[in-house]
Amino acid sequence: MSYLIKNGRVIDPESKLDEPLDILINNGKIENIGKALTDRADEIIDAKGKIVAPGLIDMHAHLREPGREDKETVASGTRAGIRGGFTTVACMPNTEPAIDSPKTVKLVREIARKSAVSGVVIIAAITEAREGKKLVNIKALKAEGAVAISDDGSSVENEDLLLAALKEAKKEGILVIEHCEDLKLSSGGVLNKGFMSTKMGLRGITKASEYERVRRDLELAKKSGGRIHIAHISCKESAELMRQAKKSGIDATAETCPHYFALMEDCCSTYDTNTKMNPPLRTKEDVAALKEALKDGAIDVVATDHAPHTDSEKDVEFDYAPFGIIGLETALSLSVMELVDKKILTWSGLISKMSANPSKILGLGKGNLKKGSPADVIIIDPDKEYIYKKESIESQSKNSPFIGWKLKAKVSHVFVAGKMVMKDEAIGHS
Amino acid sequence: MTMEKKIVWTKKDLLGLEYLSKEEIEHILYTAQGFKEVTTRQIKKVPALRGKTVVNLFYEPSTRTRTSFEIAAKRLSADVVNIAVEASSVKKGETLIDTGRNIEALKIDIIVVRHNCSGAPNILARSVGASVVNAGDGWHEHPTQALLDMFTLKSKLGRIEGLNVSIIGDIAHSRVARSNIWGLTKLGAKVTVCAPKMLIPEGIEKMGARITDKLDEALEGADAINVLRMQFERDGALAFPSKLEYFKQYGITADKLKKCKKGIVVMHPGPINRGIEISSEVADGANSVILEQVTNGIAVRMAVLYLVAHAKKETR
Repeated sequence: MSYLIKNGRVIDPESKLDEPLDILINNGKIENIGKALTDRADEIIDAKGKIVAPGLIDMHAHLREPGREDKETVASGTRAGIRGGFTTVACMPNTEPAIDSPKTVKLVREIARKSAVSGVVIIAAITEAREGKKLVNIKALKAEGAVAISDDGSSVENEDLLLAALKEAKKEGILVIEHCEDLKLSSGGVLNKGFMSTKMGLRGITKASEYERVRRDLELAKKSGGRIHIAHISCKESAELMRQAKKSGIDATAETCPHYFALMEDCCSTYDTNTKMNPPLRTKEDVAALKEALKDGAIDVVATDHAPHTDSEKDVEFDYAPFGIIGLETALSLSVMELVDKKILTWSGLISKMSANPSKILGLGKGNLKKGSPADVIIIDPDKEYIYKKESIESQSKNSPFIGWKLKAKVSHVFVAGKMVMKDEAIGHS
Repeated sequence: MTMEKKIVWTKKDLLGLEYLSKEEIEHILYTAQGFKEVTTRQIKKVPALRGKTVVNLFYEPSTRTRTSFEIAAKRLSADVVNIAVEASSVKKGETLIDTGRNIEALKIDIIVVRHNCSGAPNILARSVGASVVNAGDGWHEHPTQALLDMFTLKSKLGRIEGLNVSIIGDIAHSRVARSNIWGLTKLGAKVTVCAPKMLIPEGIEKMGARITDKLDEALEGADAINVLRMQFERDGALAFPSKLEYFKQYGITADKLKKCKKGIVVMHPGPINRGIEISSEVADGANSVILEQVTNGIAVRMAVLYLVAHAKKETR
């Protein structure tokens, strides 16, 4: 099938494009891009008033397969991704068993090949069973297709081990992603430490538990000469450490997630367990600092940390509920509302954070609309408002604090490698 | 006690004093005054909740609060059922919400819940149509304790507005402290919290309390003190180095009281640790209202049960 997308506002930060153009998709690739294309195509899509962009890339999602198919599967998770405009989802290795061997990487790749509706790339563990004790065979994992390594959910406690991982990863040309949390400083906490935790009578998680570990890890990256990516930054101090690290030439990148700039700790006040995440929601000051860091480049990526949990796991006391929320379906809308509409980022700037940058950091060669590139393309209706409803959630789990919110900017069409997997908001067309 | 302006009670639950207005708190205290009279009669029973059923759902062991609620409910002619749930079995067993819904299916009108997790009553309240009364949740709130403290204070000193009240002890882990801060400040009292620095939680001043770690400062000018039970073992860690040292620095003794206002009211939510946070002399002395608090607890809890059971539609 060939498609001609006409009259859209084409945004491709990689090619520095932001203008009305037509795009021809054929044979899985972007065959042509230009003004008023007259190429013949099997289907013509009018994108007038809409934005045409490279497919979004989420470098931080938990697809839960294998082992926790009650929460999410690669099939349901990637459907959620497609709904939200993600043509590539990087899945984290805290599955059961953990993705820590070539065998499990291969298994997940097979699952993805059979059931994924979007692209899936695999992040393998840094240590065996994510136990922080024994380094995985990085070379073998890379050979099997892992694009990064991370013990996400846990930080690598042992400095020597992380240093060794950074060195080895550098040699193999693979990215190390760190979940930064010093358990000695956060242990037992369930939300941000401060007035809210005091008022609610809950154990707090200090910001220091995050930023002291960010500081350590950036130092280790420097020492190793390797590359590090810091996952889900939530507070001002971590953002500032990233800014300084970049200035001093450390090869470090970082992400934050929409909930860290769209919500604050006050949201926890009703003990809604869908406001419980790790790191926790922080304060107004942190939200402002994260936005500033996205603006000046201290933070490179908006990722989702999509973390599905079942209703029965979440419908419990705040202390007992697992951390995390789903995010693939709401990430773009929340980012548009909080970053583009509030003039923190331009549309092009946002597409960089959600597509071009993650592609570069993971070395995927995607995230652009260049002629000849694989056609991962999305069409966004930037002004469309909608209510995010529980019934409409594609993800198998429904743990979102944004249910009932009026959101803005909706993805209408998604092409994955030239295949139209969503048409007029309906998933499943080809 | 003066007549208060009557309000229409609309809340089906009592989850904490944070969520109540000044007028609502005053209305509970006013209602309790009426029920206090009932407890002095020969026949200490009114038919206000006849045909209603109250469940005491306790996830934490408690004798005094449960008994107080039970007596309060019985004096209102309600039927009472006590359910004790072992906290250790909760994680594996039925969820709080399922338990709540099952209780509701038994056509229960009011669930009085005590829980080790902060916010458990909030979660329960929005999952069931029955009224939920918080009998203490984690470190969050213990609203009926604060209400009975205020009731006692008002009975003793005639007012709450303008009083200097100091809360002394483990503020960090105290739901009694939090409820008292909300309630007292709403009613216009000046609240001071006093504890060793490590037991003063971050941001508590934003709840309206003045902070000090010096007992002298807490006692000076105080019209009343609320002495909290000091627990030394918490999560396997010591909250304060030694009992003796704590008593020396923060224990309320007759000597220390001598320097205070003459009629200073000494309260304690119980059970008391004699010789740790309070000396026997003070606990049993003329300034102590500790046993009056226990008596007043019945009237206050009767008022709360009565009001939530008769809440006018809005939230019910």
